[in-house]
Amino acid sequence: MSYYVLSSLLFAGSLLAGLLGALTGLGGGVVIIPLITLAFGIDIRYAIGASLISVIATSSGAAAAYVREGYTNIRIGMFLEVATTLGALGGAALAGLLSTGTIAVVFGIVLASTALQSLRTSHDVSGAAASDRSALRLRLNGEYPLDGLRQRYNVTGVLPGFALMLIAGGLSGLLGIGSGAVKVLAMDRIMRIPFKVSTTTSNFMIGVTAAASAGIYIARGYVAPEIAMPVMLGVLAGSLAGSRALVATRTVILRRLFAWVVIVLAAEMIFNGMTGRI
Amino acid sequence: MNEHGNTPRPQADGEIEVMLGKLLRLGVLVAAAVVAAGGLLLIISRGNWTPDYAAFHDANSPLRSVGGILREAYALRPDGIVQTGILLLVATPVLRVVFSLFAFARQRDWLYVVLTLVVLAVLSVGLAGWKT
Repeated sequence: MSYYVLSSLLFAGSLLAGLLGALTGLGGGVVIIPLITLAFGIDIRYAIGASLISVIATSSGAAAAYVREGYTNIRIGMFLEVATTLGALGGAALAGLLSTGTIAVVFGIVLASTALQSLRTSHDVSGAAASDRSALRLRLNGEYPLDGLRQRYNVTGVLPGFALMLIAGGLSGLLGIGSGAVKVLAMDRIMRIPFKVSTTTSNFMIGVTAAASAGIYIARGYVAPEIAMPVMLGVLAGSLAGSRALVATRTVILRRLFAWVVIVLAAEMIFNGMTGRI
Repeated sequence: MNEHGNTPRPQADGEIEVMLGKLLRLGVLVAAAVVAAGGLLLIISRGNWTPDYAAFHDANSPLRSVGGILREAYALRPDGIVQTGILLLVATPVLRVVFSLFAFARQRDWLYVVLTLVVLAVLSVGLAGWKT
């Protein structure tokens, strides 16, 4: 396959992945790594490098729109970034020690649970009744726009939330993904932050988390410009187009369908990892 | 702790958020433009080349350090230009953190100045290409 063909196919595949990722809220990164490794037979280390770079692009691109709307809580973001960046360093260090097969299996498991979680649609929107003491000390409580008014909310479960963020950062550094699903899990379910604030603040944090491991990936040679270029441009264009369309359309069916595609891809990653094909 | 107790100042926070948003968008746009320009050159100059990425072989690539990347870009090598765009992209969220540091300092929010410094310290370890 000439580079003409390879770069065009990578761009087209990444465009589609970015579009579907944004439309379904699963993020573009989740299908990029299976696409690059399973469909193109490219070494998973190059796939992880290219994926991490595209994660930074989409996170920063989308965050620009969200922060303006006033949902993002920059104090929650900065506090939890202490955990995610530390975790990301640990994850990136671990990536250099594990075999590519093991990484593929871990990736498949994380991918499958992300997709399964997205099939469950219920979210607790009531918020925490009272904030815990550390949330007060850290001034994490905030407010967000709701029906034209500023709705105040409290934050609880700061310590367990922080601990889960270490894991989220670790997965991001190990697998080159945004791990937005784990971040939202920590903020939405444990810290009881309103869903809209959780998702936008998580997105805000993803770029910084990924930047922590990006330097390590570049130093190891995981970021090959020939592969990262079409992937990053494709995912960025796709996700920007997808996030525009998201406002207008309801995407429940698409979300279900995509979740099942992701589960099949996850199974294939696990199988190939276990049989030594990756 | 600031004298306003538990309430972050919404006015100042809103201002910061809008500026942060602009900064992030600008960074991504500039980085994407550089990557696209380098990518175009890459395709023009090496389109017929048949790449082999089935096995990992870039453990000694010159494009693994900032110095190496900038040298390749200065020599107008397409892959060096693409990698420079990628460095710009990585720098965008880091700049966002630096910007937050000044914003928190202006609000005299010393707790968050310290937290931001911790995040910057961790980022520097990673960006220095910490070897394990």
